Formats: sequence, structure tokens, C-alpha cells
Amino acid sequence: MSTVKRDQDRFKILLMGAVDGELTAEERKEFELLLAENPEYKKEYQEYKNLKEATKEMKFKNPPAELWDSYWLSVYNRIERGLGWILLSIGCIILLTFAGFHFFKTLIFEADLPLIIKISIFSVIAGLAILLVSIVRERLFTYKSDPYKEIKR
Amino acid sequence: MELILDTVESVIKPEVPVGAFTIDNDQNAILSCQKGNKQAYGFLVRKYMKRAYYTALGLVGSHENAVDLSQDAFIRAYRAIKKFDAEKNFFTWYYRILRNLCFNFLRDRARHARSFSEVGEKNINVLTDESQNTSVQVERNELRRAVWDALATIKKHDREIIILKDIQNFSYKEIAEILDCPIGTVMSRLYNARKALKAKLERFYA
Repeated sequence: MSTVKRDQDRFKILLMGAVDGELTAEERKEFELLLAENPEYKKEYQEYKNLKEATKEMKFKNPPAELWDSYWLSVYNRIERGLGWILLSIGCIILLTFAGFHFFKTLIFEADLPLIIKISIFSVIAGLAILLVSIVRERLFTYKSDPYKEIKR
Repeated sequence: MELILDTVESVIKPEVPVGAFTIDNDQNAILSCQKGNKQAYGFLVRKYMKRAYYTALGLVGSHENAVDLSQDAFIRAYRAIKKFDAEKNFFTWYYRILRNLCFNFLRDRARHARSFSEVGEKNINVLTDESQNTSVQVERNELRRAVWDALATIKKHDREIIILKDIQNFSYKEIAEILDCPIGTVMSRLYNARKALKAKLERFYA
């Protein structure tokens, strides 16, 4: 890396520290030396100071005060309901699978239906199973390659 | 002039009585949550809810979505809290969950081609300073609006770091912790983000 490029990179970092008032005394000296040696840096410094002036004045409006009163309660309820939904879903899946299995078993093996209807019913079940497996596989693949999934603990 | 909330300094520190003892710090609250005490989690939620909300608002730009996403992140954090090391900083960990949710939300919303500035602008408080004359005020307000519009058009990671530094007032050290990178990287990313923002505001600086 050339000296000029290295100086420029160093200047960018020191420039941010100067604009945000986060330079140490030593860094401040280094920054002032760079400014003295490079007049074009002064203009850039002034531009970023102006920008900082504009952005630091931006504040968000307060939301309605009631939001804070009900915030925790809402989180608490959602945590509790989440558990309820999981249990409900598991129960429904088991019951529906059981009922579906008996329903189709009766239709295919016991009901007095034409062969073509039995084949159609079997085809519907097989199609649904293939689609389900395909979707689950796709979701797993997406999860593996999702750049946002990582949550460090 | 409306009251402006400083999101960093106004963090609530509630004390929550749980059973025989009082929870007065993050570590106690986390350990209690890990033992299955949902109420102890209230201490953490109340302490960080404002910071969480404003962070989400800065990223997604709408009040309703900011509430929803920040609460959703708290729920996800609670579900994973048993694996969390109580010695570590809760908010830093929570922030990573929240930003992932917000970025996913923005990615999904981009498909629906909804403008960020449309939903965000109304949530910016336009300051008025009575000591200044009208034309200066108008100019300053115009610049503020332009800054907000420009913020809406730069890359989401650039927007994030500017919001963390200039609106949320986090220090470099805190940002480095939140984004899990060295301070030098924070400064370098901030430079690139501000450069992109400055380019969008060229007419004000020409």
C-alpha cells in the first residue's frame, strides 16, 4: 500500500473521530498535523462537520405515552400466546393426521368405490405429501443460506 | 417546541420484585428468566424498550412496524434466553436479533416497492427555534427533511450506522460492541456511510 493511500485511509478514520469528538489527545495531534500538511483535507473536514450538524439535530418524535404502559404486557401476552399456539398446533396436527389416515384408509380399502376414484384419492395424498416434503426441503435450504439467520449468543 | 426524547439517556431502570428478592440488574433478571420466570423478563423489557423501539424506528421508519418488530425481537430473545451467557451484554445480543428482523422486514417490503421515506418522514420531529428568523428556520427545516429523505435512499447498513451514531448517540465503543467489529471498522464504515449521505445532499453543500 502506498504512503499516500495509507495517509488517506488514516485521515478518513481520524476525520470521523474529530467530527464526533472521539479522538484521544494523541490522535488529535496526528489529525491536526495531517490537516496542516494537506490543505484539501480542511475543506473535507468542514463538509463533514456541517453534515454532522445536520444529522445530530434529527430526533424521533415520541410515540403516544400509552405505548410504554402497555409495552411489557403486550410482550408478555405474546410470549404466553406463542406457547398456546405451539401446543394447539401440535395437537391439531396429530388429530388431523390421525383422522386423515383413518378417513383415507376407509375410502381406499373399505369403501365400495370404483378403482379410478381410489386411484385419484391416492394420487391426491401422494401429491400433497410430495409438495409438503418439497416445501420443507426448500425452507431448510433457504435457512442454511440465509445471510441474516445468525444470531450470536 | 415538542419534547425530544434522548433515547440513550432515558433508559428506564425499573426494579422488579420477583418472589423473595428484587431484580435490580440484567444478570439477575437473565438468570431468573433462565429458571423459567417470565415476570423477571419484564425488568429487561422495561429497561430497553425505548432504545429498542427507536432503533427499529430508525431502521424501518414506521411507528407500527417499529413496535411490532421490537416486541417480536424481545419474544425471540426470551425463547433463546436459556442459551444466553448472563455475563454478556443483553442489549448487544438483543440488538443483533432486532436488526436481523428489521433487515428481513425491509427485504420483504422491498418486493412490495414501498418507499421508506413515505413511511418514515412523519416520524421525524421538525425542530423550531424561536430565536432564529423565519428564512433560516425554513432553510434548516428543509435541510432536515432533505437529510431524512437522503437517509432513506442510502444503503440500509449505511443508514444503520448513521442512526446509531448521530440519532441514538451511541459511542464508537458501544457501536463496535453492537455490530461486533473493531472500533476502526466502525469509523471506516461511518466514513463511507456519511460520504454516501453527503453525496445525496450535494445541493446543500455546493
